[in-house]
This record gives sequence, C-alpha cells and structure tokens, in this order.
Amino acid sequence: MTNQNTISRESDLSGGEYKWGFVTDVETDLAPKGLSEDIVRLISAKKEEPGWLLDWRLKAYRHWVSLYESEGEPDWAMIDYPDVDFQDIYYYAAPKGTNEAPKNLDDVDPEMLETFEKLGIPLQERAALAGVAVDAVFDSISVATTMEKQLGELGIIFCSFSEAVKNHPDLVKKYLGSVVPYTDNFYAALNAAVFSDGSFAYIPPGVRCPIELMTYFRINTEGSGQFERTLIVADAGAYVSYLEGCTAPFRKTSQLHAATVELVAHDDSEIKYSTIQNWFPGTPEGEGGVYNFVTKRGRADKNAKISWTQVETGSAITWKYPSVILRGDNSVGEFFSVALANNHQQADTGTKMIHIGKNTKSTIVSKGISAGKGNNTYRGQVQIMPGAENAVNHTQCDSLLVGDQCGAHTVPYIEVRNPTARLEHEASTSKVSDDQLFYLMARGLSEEEAHHMIITGWSRDVIKELPFEFALEASQLLKVSLEGAVG
Amino acid sequence: MLEIKNLHASVLDIDDSEILTGIDMKVNKGEVHAIMGPNGSGKSTLANVLMGRFDYLVSEGDITLDGESIIELRPDQRAHLGMFLAFQYPAEIPGVRPWQFLKTALDSKAESRGEDKMSVRNFSKLFDEKVEAVGINPNLVKRSLNEGFSGGEKKRNEMLQLEVLQPSLAILDETDSGLDVDALRIVAEGVNSMRSPARSFIVVTHYQRLLNYITPDVVHILVAGKIVKTGGPELALEVEKDGYNEYLSATGANV
Ligand SMILES: Nc1ncnc2c1ncn2[C@@H]1O[C@H](COP(=O)(O)OP(=O)(O)OP(=O)(O)O)[C@@H](O)[C@H]1O
Ligand SMILES: [Mg+2]
Repeated sequence: MTNQNTISRESDLSGGEYKWGFVTDVETDLAPKGLSEDIVRLISAKKEEPGWLLDWRLKAYRHWVSLYESEGEPDWAMIDYPDVDFQDIYYYAAPKGTNEAPKNLDDVDPEMLETFEKLGIPLQERAALAGVAVDAVFDSISVATTMEKQLGELGIIFCSFSEAVKNHPDLVKKYLGSVVPYTDNFYAALNAAVFSDGSFAYIPPGVRCPIELMTYFRINTEGSGQFERTLIVADAGAYVSYLEGCTAPFRKTSQLHAATVELVAHDDSEIKYSTIQNWFPGTPEGEGGVYNFVTKRGRADKNAKISWTQVETGSAITWKYPSVILRGDNSVGEFFSVALANNHQQADTGTKMIHIGKNTKSTIVSKGISAGKGNNTYRGQVQIMPGAENAVNHTQCDSLLVGDQCGAHTVPYIEVRNPTARLEHEASTSKVSDDQLFYLMARGLSEEEAHHMIITGWSRDVIKELPFEFALEASQLLKVSLEGAVG
Repeated sequence: MLEIKNLHASVLDIDDSEILTGIDMKVNKGEVHAIMGPNGSGKSTLANVLMGRFDYLVSEGDITLDGESIIELRPDQRAHLGMFLAFQYPAEIPGVRPWQFLKTALDSKAESRGEDKMSVRNFSKLFDEKVEAVGINPNLVKRSLNEGFSGGEKKRNEMLQLEVLQPSLAILDETDSGLDVDALRIVAEGVNSMRSPARSFIVVTHYQRLLNYITPDVVHILVAGKIVKTGGPELALEVEKDGYNEYLSATGANV
C-alpha cells in the first residue's frame, strides 16, 4: 500500500459511520443454506479438489457434528450472544461466473474492482510500486493476485489456497492441519469442513521475502459465513512479513466468520504476522455485526521466531487467541495486541505461549480498550513444559476504560512445569484522566482528538510493531471506532 | 483585552465549595499582570477557569475576551482564540511525542481559523529552534509527553509549547517554581522576547525574583478567592517583605 493511498484514506474517515459499509451488487452463486455432508462435497467439487482433501473435510465435518451434538459451541469465553443457527448460513457464495479464478485483472468484474478501490486496496500496479503483493479474498473466491511473478523468481509461492491445492498439492498436504488439526476446537473443525478459500505462502530455505505479503478479506453476501484458511510456511532460514486486513459491509443480521491460520516456522526462520481486523461491529444499538471466531497458531522450530501483531477494532464478538508453540530450542514467540470494544462489542482475546524447547522466550503485550458498553477480556495462557529449561516469559497486560459503562477483565493462566523458568506478569487498568483531556484541549485539540491521541499513545507499544502504512491505518481505525463513545 | 467581572466559581458537584468569591480584573493588550497569593487562595483555580476546565462551575460573573463572553466556550475553542495556559502540574501522556502533540495542536488551531497548516518541514525547523531556545535536552522530546520529566523539565516543556504556539493571552501558573537559576532566566527571557503590544500575560508566581526579570505592569494579590489589592511592581516587593498576614486577617481567611 502506498503511503499516499493510506493517507488519502485517513482524510476520508471523518464521517463517523462505518465507512466500509457498502454492499457490492455482484451476482452471487449460492449453494443452498445449511450444513450437511452434501454441502461439504459440493464445496469440494466446485473447487475440483483432490480426493484426499475431500476426505479430510469429511472427517472434519463428522468431528464437528459430534462436537455439536455433545457440547455445542464452546462457552467458556466471556462473551454473550444468541446461539448461532448453523443451518441458516450460506457456506458457499462465489461471485457468479468466477468459478474459475480470473487469470488477470481484465477478467475481474469491474464492480468488484471498484469495491476494492473503495477499500483502498492497491490491487493494480500501485501494488507493485508500493512493494505489496495483494491477495484479495472476496467472499470465497480469490479475485486477483499481484506480483506473483516477481516472487516466483525467488521461489516464493503466494497464492490463494485453492490455487495452492491445485498447483502445490504436496506442500498443502504436508502442512495442512499440522499446526491446527481439525480436532482442535469447534470452530477449527467447522472451518476445516467448509473452508472456502484463503491465502497460501511458502518461502523457500534461506530466502528473505523482499516485500510484505498482504491479503484483504471481505464478507459481502448477506447471510453468508466466511471460512477462510491461511497457511504460511517459512522454510529453514527464511523470513516473511504478512499482513491481513478484514472488512465487512453494514448488515443488520449477524455474520459468522470462522477462520483458521497456521504458521510453520522452520529452523532459523521468522514469520511476522500483522492483522487489522475491522469486521462490521454491529450498529451502536447492538444489531448485527460479525461473529469472529478465529483459530491462529504457529509452530516455531529451532531458533525460529513468530510474531503476532493485531489491532482488533471490529466484530460484534471476537474470540481469538493467536498462539505460538515454541517447539525448537531458542525459539521466540511474540504477541502484540490492541483490542477495542465499543458500544455493544465484546472481545475475548489473548494468546497462548507453549514453551517446549530450551531457552525459549515469549513476550506478550496486550492492550484492551473498552468504551461505551463494550466488554474486553484478555485471556492468556503461558505454559512451560518440563523440558523447557530456562524459558522466559514477559507478559504486560493493560486495560484502558473510556466512560463508566464498559468492562475490562484479565484472565491469565500460568502453568510452570520446569523450575528454571522465569516469568514476569504486569497488569494495569487506567482511565483517560480529566487532567490529560484538559491538558490536550487547552492546547486546542477537540475532545475527540484528545481522546484519540491519548488512546493511540497508550497503544503505541503495539502499533509501533506494525509496518508503517498499517500503523497509520490502525491509528485511524481506533479513531473511527471510538466515535460516539466520547464527546 | 481580557475582562473578568465578579467571577464566582466552585467545584462542580460539591456543594458550598466556592473557591473564587468575586474576582474583577482587566488585562489590556500588551500588559503583563502578576498574581500573587498564599497557597490555596485560588490562583490555579482562576487559571483553570479562565481556560475552561469542566470541573468548575461558574455561578456568577463573566469573562470576556475582546468584548465577547467566553464562558460557554470549551478549552479548545479558547485555545483557538489565542489563549494559553502553562500548567502548574502538566499532565503526563504516555506514548505521545511532544513533537506530534504540538503539531496537532498547531494544526487544529490553523484549521479552526481557516488557515493553512504548517508543513512538516517548516514545523520541524521551528520545533528544533525552540527546543534549543528553551534549553530542553533534545532526547527528552523524543520521549512521551511529560512522562518521567523532572519538575524543571516539565516547566521548560511548557515554555516550549508557549513559544511554538505564540498565543495572544498567556497564563503562566507558577512556571518559575522549582526552576534552577538558568531555567528561571530562560522563562523570563522567553516572556520578555514575546512581550508585544498585541500579547498579554498573566503570571502566577510566589516569588519576587521572577519579577526582577519580568517587570509586570500590574500586580494583584489574591487571597481567599478575591483580589484584595492591586498595584504596581512595588506591591510584589512589599509582599516579599511582609507576607500576606495583613490581608489574611482582613478577609478572615485561615491558611
Ligand atoms: N477540583 C477541586 N476539587 C476540590 N477542591 C479544589 C479543586 N480545585 C481547587 N480546590 C481547592 O480550592 C482551593 C484553591 O486551590 P488552588 O489550586 O486554586 O490554589 P492556589 O492558589 O493555586 O495554591 P498554590 O499556591 O498552592 O498553587 C484549595 O483549597 C483547593 O484544595
Ligand atoms: Mg496553584
């Protein structure tokens, strides 16, 4: 994304409404509502998948059914929402006529391109200029992938998940489900059964990916669920920075989103994964909004490093715990998060750091902002396994309250099974103080600007971890998301 | 011109908490007024009420700037009209760089007046110049606004903002307290160099020594929320010598 592009978006954001709330009028090819083995087969057939993948989906489906019948949806998180009717959702929605993913931009529905334009996605040659390769997922089908060629020369694969299944089946087969098996949890099982598309990246040994890889996700069809799946593999000594952005239009009905992300960081490699999640949060009165149930996990081998950075401003419900399994000696896991819950939003998010190797190190910085009637919960787990000699964890967990009807909760779980471990946990809760507000306003900032400055300043330790253009966008999103909560 | 007429103010939501008990004061363009008075007499409250702090209730009286009442204006609107308060206790704002903060402040002022924003390059130049002028350690302004600043550093940072924002009415609330001799001179030089026929100052201080550097046009003695005496620079010398006892007994205040 060019800086210019991001900055122009900044000036567009003054309206205060959910800016991404437009609906694209593209003819959509819908499978009937509801979930069944037939739907799973249909999805797989539409995508012309090999038999092993259909088998895997079916196993996942059956596992999901058994979970559904025994326990139902998980209910341990501090979120409250009506039961999801899983039979009232479209599990497959592809823009009509794009059964075949388009080969180049000329094949793409112009209206769809316009949508991306509005989203500020640098889909065309702007992307090349800005050094970003973009893989945009529009509902289910991947629309266009840029810069594939340049990456190809380095042996880097960056494409939609379906293309990866077609063109790199061995890689997919090797890694799919290796970090998040379909048995992992209710939503992971659901995703494995019906995932529609997503992104795939593979960085070969010793290669440093020269540009940031980016995917924009968007839900368009009313009543549809989005189940994308992302798989990123950094082979030995490789490096990649991956960005993910999410938006959904304004809908008074709720939309279900259950994604799975798997990261594999081989020896000496590094994966940096940044997310800006801005799914539709629902109306200020609490109608509609995206239910965001996401399973994200990475595996770090010897000397490898995985960093998750997330700015979560959207969704009515967020249930998300990007985790790192520190399997190799000297591996490093990081989690930097800003989660904002305004109006009736509920966020239950955090991380899991599982230390298995020796000298493993993890850092957790979680910043939760609650405003309006929002509820924000940090749920984090640090687990030190018996073999993890000299493991180190530092956790910092801060909550900021804006107004007095919101809530902040911290739920740390710590399990230490090796006495050499060193763990530090810091937590704080603060309010935006009148002294701070008056100080800034006395210098000429409006109340809203003052709040925004205090909040982005407070979130700085996380935002500074984002690539520059994403950092600007994150700061703007915080501003827009807080409108109505202050003033 | 600033005019304060029979100003009464109390703490919002606290009954019988009147702090300012009827203040009258007139500050013409180009003048420097000093306000002195014992601890707790209401000097900071007056400064805050002038700047529009929300947690005070003005129950009586008026404040006008160039003839227009500003009582209903928010602090940011007052700042846009050219008012400035150098705080006695500046707030700490984690994660916010002084540079970014001042640029935003300047931009919103320009915007409110329909003027062009200063370019980043010009602003940077101005900022660096002023950082040097007020003698702030340049590393300090790379940190969070006021966070972990020493008392003197905070005061210098207030001076930096004053010099960058160039207000037409500056209220300095004990900007000289806790300063070493060099810093005191910098504050005085700052004020003196900014003195102009179009700009006025209200300087709240406990010390005559500041007034050796900045010769005020008018000195007010504030006791128990009222101005009990107004005079020329010689009044400050008297207070330095005799203290406030004579006024305290007169008002029946008990400090
Ligand atoms: N927000 C408030 N809530 C309660 N009491 C207040 C508030 N603001 C001021 N006061 C009280 O009003 C009185 C005047 O306070 P103020 O800070 O104006 O004094 P001052 O003259 O500036 O004193 P100093 O010389 O110590 O700075 C004090 O008794 C103070 O405790
Ligand atoms: Mg005071």
